[in-house]
Amino acid sequence: MLNRKVLSALGGILAALPALAYESSYNMTTGVTDISRQVHGLHMMTFWVCVAIAVAVFGVMIYSIMTFRKSKGAVADQTLLHSTKVEVIWTVIPVLILIGVAVPTAKTMVRMDDTRNADLSIKITGYQWKWQYEYMGTGVSFYSTLAPSSNEARQLHSGIDPKSVKDYLLEVDHPVVVPVDAKVRLLLTGNDVIHSWWVPDFAVKKDAIPGFINEAWFKAEKIGHYTGQCTELCGRDHGFMPIAVDVVSKEDYAKWLAAQQEAAKAAAPAATTAANSAASASATL
Amino acid sequence: MAHADTHDHHDHDHKPTGIGRWLFATNHKDIGTMYLLFALMMFFLGGAMALGIRLELFKPGMQWFDPAFYNSLVTNHALIMIFGAVMPAWVGLANWMIPLQVGAPDMALPRMNNYSFWILPFAFTLLLSSFFTAGGGPAGGWTLYPPLSLQAGDSFPLTIFAIHMMGISSIMGAINVIVTIMNMRAPGMTLLKLPLFCWTWLITAYLLIAVMPVLAGAVTMLLTDHYFGTSFFNPAGGGDPVMFQHIFWFFGHPEVYILILPAFGIVSEIIPAFSRKPLFGYDAMVYASASIAFLSFIVWAHHMFTVGMPLAGQMFFMMSTMLIAIPTGVKVFNWTATMWKGSITFEPPMLFALAFLFLFTIGGFSGLMLAIAPADFQYQDTYFVVAHFHYVLVPGAVFAIMAGVYYWLPKWTGHMYSMSLAKWHFWLSTVSVNVLFFPQHFLGLAGMPRRIPDYSTQFTDWNMVSSVGGFVFGFSQLLFVVVVWQCARGGAKATDKVWDGQMTGLEWTVASPAPYHSFTDAPDLTGVADTHH
Amino acid sequence: MPAPRGHRGLVARLLLFTAGSFAFGFALVPLYSVLCKVWDTGNRWYGTQTAQASVIEQPDVDRVVTIEFVGNVAHQEDWEFAPTATTMKVHPGKLYEATFHAKNLTGHAVVAQAVPSIAPQTIARYFKKTQCFCFEPQKFAIAESREMPIRFIVDRDLPPDIDRITLSYSFFDLPQAAASNR
Repeated sequence: MLNRKVLSALGGILAALPALAYESSYNMTTGVTDISRQVHGLHMMTFWVCVAIAVAVFGVMIYSIMTFRKSKGAVADQTLLHSTKVEVIWTVIPVLILIGVAVPTAKTMVRMDDTRNADLSIKITGYQWKWQYEYMGTGVSFYSTLAPSSNEARQLHSGIDPKSVKDYLLEVDHPVVVPVDAKVRLLLTGNDVIHSWWVPDFAVKKDAIPGFINEAWFKAEKIGHYTGQCTELCGRDHGFMPIAVDVVSKEDYAKWLAAQQEAAKAAAPAATTAANSAASASATL
Repeated sequence: MAHADTHDHHDHDHKPTGIGRWLFATNHKDIGTMYLLFALMMFFLGGAMALGIRLELFKPGMQWFDPAFYNSLVTNHALIMIFGAVMPAWVGLANWMIPLQVGAPDMALPRMNNYSFWILPFAFTLLLSSFFTAGGGPAGGWTLYPPLSLQAGDSFPLTIFAIHMMGISSIMGAINVIVTIMNMRAPGMTLLKLPLFCWTWLITAYLLIAVMPVLAGAVTMLLTDHYFGTSFFNPAGGGDPVMFQHIFWFFGHPEVYILILPAFGIVSEIIPAFSRKPLFGYDAMVYASASIAFLSFIVWAHHMFTVGMPLAGQMFFMMSTMLIAIPTGVKVFNWTATMWKGSITFEPPMLFALAFLFLFTIGGFSGLMLAIAPADFQYQDTYFVVAHFHYVLVPGAVFAIMAGVYYWLPKWTGHMYSMSLAKWHFWLSTVSVNVLFFPQHFLGLAGMPRRIPDYSTQFTDWNMVSSVGGFVFGFSQLLFVVVVWQCARGGAKATDKVWDGQMTGLEWTVASPAPYHSFTDAPDLTGVADTHH
Repeated sequence: MPAPRGHRGLVARLLLFTAGSFAFGFALVPLYSVLCKVWDTGNRWYGTQTAQASVIEQPDVDRVVTIEFVGNVAHQEDWEFAPTATTMKVHPGKLYEATFHAKNLTGHAVVAQAVPSIAPQTIARYFKKTQCFCFEPQKFAIAESREMPIRFIVDRDLPPDIDRITLSYSFFDLPQAAASNR
């Protein structure tokens, strides 16, 4: 155990080496959507730009510190006061670098902003401290809260080792289920205070603000289980309202949806009044 | 414009004695000392809260605190460090050094100087007393976002009034600095002969009077929303919680530069002194500081990319934020060029200034990454942001304060301090601050949100590393207290010039310790060659 | 030494500057609303209210836009609040009516108010309402239920890349004090 700590401490120093930045526990996930890959690409591009500048600038600094030491008999050159030429150079080069970074970034931003042609819409409402998901136009709606196993373990002095709990603090009772390769549009709002819905693998983070509606979207390309957390401080249990999304095949999704609709009808036939019955009815043109 | 003050001509150090000397202090050195000691106390108090946070985060599971108490630790750590430690430390350094650097007998408005200091202990008593109210201390984050901040219990009005008082104090301090620099410079000290610490403080002071009142307005609106039924930010009444964020960050981003600009000034004095070479590009430094201050007013919404801004807004705030990299880059390049072909020595102030140079630049790099809006969606409100602003504020602002204190301490006390102990302090701090904050970049990128009291187990290792760094860093600061304490008590006599370096400031022309009344006869700089050009 | 004579002018100007900054903090409130309208941004969307008489219907029958209705309530046990139809397909340039259904479940008389929000927010200027129940305090007796209409027209100039508009209403109880003032 102690050895491991020493190793991780050493790792901390070693990890300053950029090569290790590709390791997933050090770095941003590539994710499972086209957008998340683009975002990861932008992240890495900016990172390497920074590394390149750092090598140059820190290189000159370290060279100066090593070479121009009084103890080595260095004598200061009192005439080096300024130089218009170098000052122009080190203003113009950063401008060019920034333009180079901004152009691909703008392209990704335009794509992220495009919520058209969604295959399904899910309305997400943030509560203190849980999420509500409503599948628009289907009558399916449920709350998603921290899984009981995590909830038990996270109590003060619970005596339960978090490492013994599956997906500690990232597991929920009802995960969101979405079909693979479908464009899912999210409509976000908050019920009480501001929350923020984040799933790193989809590169989606959007605030859920009371009274107002926000849009986001993702199109997951890989079947799997993805997790995230609330990322806007929302009170006492802000750390305990995770997000879990199951991306399933289109057939499994259809089956799941049908079962949910069935269950909703069975559970509360009276409650499925206005909204649900009218869901399929659309006004005539 | 610049004139010699002719009244109250003291030939000797007439120091008032007893407690009255401090309660009714109007002497800039006494007030500066009180500010610095107050800042040091708050630094340890805020630091103790930070250690509480690192303790809870040492391993997953809730070991020590209730989540609500944890949130109030996070909130108060920020408020205390920003308004109680860093800002008062800058005002303390300004009080001590600006009259000495511009050749003035004292600050322009000594009585107001006294008030502006003595407001602070009351403000922080108010803030801290909120911990004992029903519902505990403020726990909605230092950013006070409604509707969450409006859910606070009895701590709410105490927090708001404390913020009002801190604001009034810093506005008074800022006005004092501006008047002193504008009106009390020695004859012949033109603005472009001003030491850079004075320049950056002058710009900071203007930022302060421009944005602290805006914060006061924002928190006043919170107060009326909470108690008087207004709906500035309450969606139920047609208000807009996002508007608070806009107003807050209109204050908040310039506030970031309020915390860092004086650091640029100090580093711009120390690096030339110990490189034995005039600062490279003095004019460019002044203009870069001014452009950073200007840009700080048009970048605020990069703190809120996730609220759902239209594309055009995101683009604008992304580009304007990226622009800040340019004047900041100019500064870093100028400091580097100052060392080029210099004759460098490594006294403690220089060591801290060099650490600033490297580590602040790292904070700058992560700042550039954060400006990239699509990537910011992944960084926002994660430990990556925490790592970023702590790099800027701890090895940035705090190290620059340390550098300044180590630079001028012999001038204040008349004694040299223990160089070896100070170097221990430096190396322990510099190594541990990186162990503390560098892994937080990884945590954020790997997906750990900020402001959470507990985390999923895959984040355990880096949190442990970070906590170890935090404790080493925290306890290393006790060495600083020892160094300062010893230096105040005695030690080798400091010469007037103190350092074997190339210092050009007027503060090095007076005795060490600096006489109680600085320049009773204003030095005349008319015709003195301008070393900068 | 309260502001020695030589400093008074400058101190006065700086204090004035400070007071101006304080006033500016409050001026940001109306300024924000104006900017939101100009740039179609912010969440403070009041919608474009138009008099019915001024509406000239010129349906663009070749184009279909989906309108999505969303209802939110702060306390779900207190209210039934939902759109009667969750989606509607419309032609730009034609006037339509939709309704929201609300029922008071609180067990006492209440005054409530609906706050609108639209997504994508940048198209607010193309969504014109001739009638709306938003920002009007609505009195509800015990267990009273009501259909509340909204009449709207989507502008023919709606940017071609928009295929779907979401109109969201959040229904809030008004605080007693605020309600009695009205």
